[in-house]
Amino acid sequence: MVSGLTVDQAVVRYGDTIAVDRLSLNVAPGEIVAVIGASGSGKSSLLRAVAGLEPLVSGAVRWDGVDQAMVPTHKRGFAVMFQDGQLFPHLNVGANVGYALYKRRRGERERRVAELLQLVGLPGYQERAITELSGGQAQRVALARSLAAEPRLLLLDEPLSALDVGMREHLAEVLAGGLRATGTPALYVTHDQDEAFAIADRVAVVKQGRLLQLDAPSRLWRHPDSREVAEFLGYRPFLSTAEAVALGWSAAPDAVIAVGPDAIVPDPAGVAVAVNGFSAGRGETVFEIELPSGQSGWLRVRGVVDPPDRWRVRLDPAGCALLSSPRG
Amino acid sequence: MHKLPRTAAVGVIAPAAAVRRRQRTKAWLWAAVAVVPLAFLLIFFVWPVTALLARGFFDASGFSLNGVSEVLAAPRTWRIVSQTLAQSVVATVVAVLLGLPGAYLLYRTRFPGRRALRAVVSIPFVLPSVVVGVAFRSLLDTGGPLGFLGWDASFPALIAALVFFNYSVVVRTVGVLWARLDPRTAQAARSLGASRPRVWWSVTMPALAPAIASAAALTFLFCAAAFGVVLVLADQSWGTIETEIWYQTTQLLDLPAAAALSILQLVVVGISLLVADATRHRQERALRLAGRPTDHRLRVGDLPSVLITAAVIVVLLALPMSALVVRSLQTATGVGLGNYVLLFAVTGTGLPTVWQATLTSLQTAAVATMIALVLGGMVSYLLSRRPASVVGRRVLRSADAAFMLPLGVSAVTVGFGFLITLNRPPLDLRSSWILIPIAQAIVALPLVVRSLLPTLRAIDPRLHQAAATLGASPLRLVTSIDAPLAWRGFGLAIGFAFATSLGEFGATTFLARPDRPTLPVEIFHLIGRPGVDNQGMALAASVILAVLTASVMAVAEWIGPKESRAW
Repeated sequence: MVSGLTVDQAVVRYGDTIAVDRLSLNVAPGEIVAVIGASGSGKSSLLRAVAGLEPLVSGAVRWDGVDQAMVPTHKRGFAVMFQDGQLFPHLNVGANVGYALYKRRRGERERRVAELLQLVGLPGYQERAITELSGGQAQRVALARSLAAEPRLLLLDEPLSALDVGMREHLAEVLAGGLRATGTPALYVTHDQDEAFAIADRVAVVKQGRLLQLDAPSRLWRHPDSREVAEFLGYRPFLSTAEAVALGWSAAPDAVIAVGPDAIVPDPAGVAVAVNGFSAGRGETVFEIELPSGQSGWLRVRGVVDPPDRWRVRLDPAGCALLSSPRG
Repeated sequence: MHKLPRTAAVGVIAPAAAVRRRQRTKAWLWAAVAVVPLAFLLIFFVWPVTALLARGFFDASGFSLNGVSEVLAAPRTWRIVSQTLAQSVVATVVAVLLGLPGAYLLYRTRFPGRRALRAVVSIPFVLPSVVVGVAFRSLLDTGGPLGFLGWDASFPALIAALVFFNYSVVVRTVGVLWARLDPRTAQAARSLGASRPRVWWSVTMPALAPAIASAAALTFLFCAAAFGVVLVLADQSWGTIETEIWYQTTQLLDLPAAAALSILQLVVVGISLLVADATRHRQERALRLAGRPTDHRLRVGDLPSVLITAAVIVVLLALPMSALVVRSLQTATGVGLGNYVLLFAVTGTGLPTVWQATLTSLQTAAVATMIALVLGGMVSYLLSRRPASVVGRRVLRSADAAFMLPLGVSAVTVGFGFLITLNRPPLDLRSSWILIPIAQAIVALPLVVRSLLPTLRAIDPRLHQAAATLGASPLRLVTSIDAPLAWRGFGLAIGFAFATSLGEFGATTFLARPDRPTLPVEIFHLIGRPGVDNQGMALAASVILAVLTASVMAVAEWIGPKESRAW
């Protein structure tokens, strides 16, 4: 028997649009799996189907090997944390967090609510009204509310994307901490790959409802299966062996070479390239350069520097990923 | 640790078929909830109205168009129709013109006492039509403060009374949308070089247009269906389709003619209802796009709106009611409470006192409110669902329209229909007092649904989904999410149902027995009788009825949602 969540050949359709296309994946006990993809890639539909909020056209969602098709949402034990929290506006923070605990004794419930608010960094917020909370605080309360249900699985639907950048990074840590502390397995949908890589044990890349690749973050980054995955992760441009050799990687293998963001480095002994443009920001300057093949490449230099007209560069093999060559 | 769900064992069944079966069971459950209000509507609305209409097409010899064609050929009919249209069009135009500055002032600007003023403006809508008729007469007849105008029983008096009723419909419907218009759109237009008038015509007006159209359609509808106020205010030369139906049945006993007129009334009212419905749907979409209400402090440029609105409130709204109160205190022997004392006086005829009629009214309205709330609650809950299937959505959309029908069919038609259908087997309720509250509940039902539905529809479906994923059963969704979020709507619905039932005249006048009249019916009898005492009692009774309905509505306003409804 497979333990944890299994999604098997799931298909979700809205009218004629296929949102999820024969997608299969699994989440083992205690594991966090992130699903990344552009908006409209079907990742949220997948999550809603797992929760029982969208019907499957075919395929199955199983828990510990048991098909969930006949199990209504409220009996699945899969809590959803929505992008905008969906806190109950008529209840205060404490009552929101304690929503799933209504069968517990009062004292026990209050103790648990206090614990969870402590866990998400909002101790003593029980009596606050929902309207008094900032966006980040609201999401923490939503997390505490979901964890209070002691879900078998937590489904997170872009929980941080409505927040500003600084808050997002901080809350990602709070989220990961909360999930690890409670050992709750999670399916985490996001369009932000940094967030996914920071939180997840494994990352699934989804495009047009299909699963492109599912791997641990490091492996996914080092070994994207296809050009589509590599493009989504930010690799560009893609070079042939000869073009890589021309950029100074003399032993370039026989493969399509995906150039990562840090793969082109300055080298006084390297190839001279023309600078077509540049942008400065956050302690680094990015130059758009013209590679010998005529393609654009990107060179990152630490510090904010004035652009020379030309750079001498070479390709650093450590920053590249190899895709199987189109010939084989 | 979660236990395995009980239903897990069923997983052996082919999932798709099983899921479909579950969905079908769910659909049946919903249908069952729908059956009760539908059956009620069929028995107490569709059947009486249809039976009444059939009278127009059947005479002793069978099916015949003679009755109808006779009525349609009569010049009197077309005079009545054109008078109905004339009063409705003029009153609607005046109400919209006066209501726009009011909507701006009460919903877009901020000043101390705004909330109280909004409440004052909203009260006339629920005042009983008989009371409003009596109030305008006490202002305009020869003994009244504005008697010198010579407007008693005239077209301007009638228009003023109709605007009095519907001013708040325009102010509220337009104001609620206006408050939610994003001011940055107008600011963007200003920054692009548009003058204030050009911003008004090119940005604000088009955005408000659906609300204005919707308010105008509703006002037209209420004016075309006005009955009590026309009966009290206008003289013999003026009639509307409603008063004519009443006249043909109660005075001439010409049922085919009345039925034919009812058909005409259905056509007029049906068209305005269709327009109102279409614009309301447009407006609900528009409202969803807008954000939180915004307003600004009163500024010098708002002076014209302030002046117009102050004039409306003082002259149109406050003056007639003050005249009513003042004149109710004038007796043959000077100023005093004599007229009120007479309300308790037992006459030799054995007929009930006005005080007893008041108690009858309160009891009847309480029962009517309960019926309307139970039915309206079921209907609203049903209509607030968002079915996934296209067919389901279509069914809901037409159900939505069906439950609004009583708003469009005149109260006179309902009352008259009850009289001819529910007084013999299979359903003989002739001698039962329950007939009156049922008729009043039918009249109040659309207002109840329109009060509850917006608050229920405003509940984000994802709140339900969030609660369900936290383990809440469908029953707990209702008790822990829907009920607490919608209870403010319930306050408002209770207010509307009670106030409407308390002042209901059109249907009740057909059904009330002489020995057990309701207060509005009793007032109408009193003004028809000669004698200073009777007139004085009518004024005093009107004041009491006005105070009762206004306080019911004030309480409902106080606990009701502050901004969420249009009317």
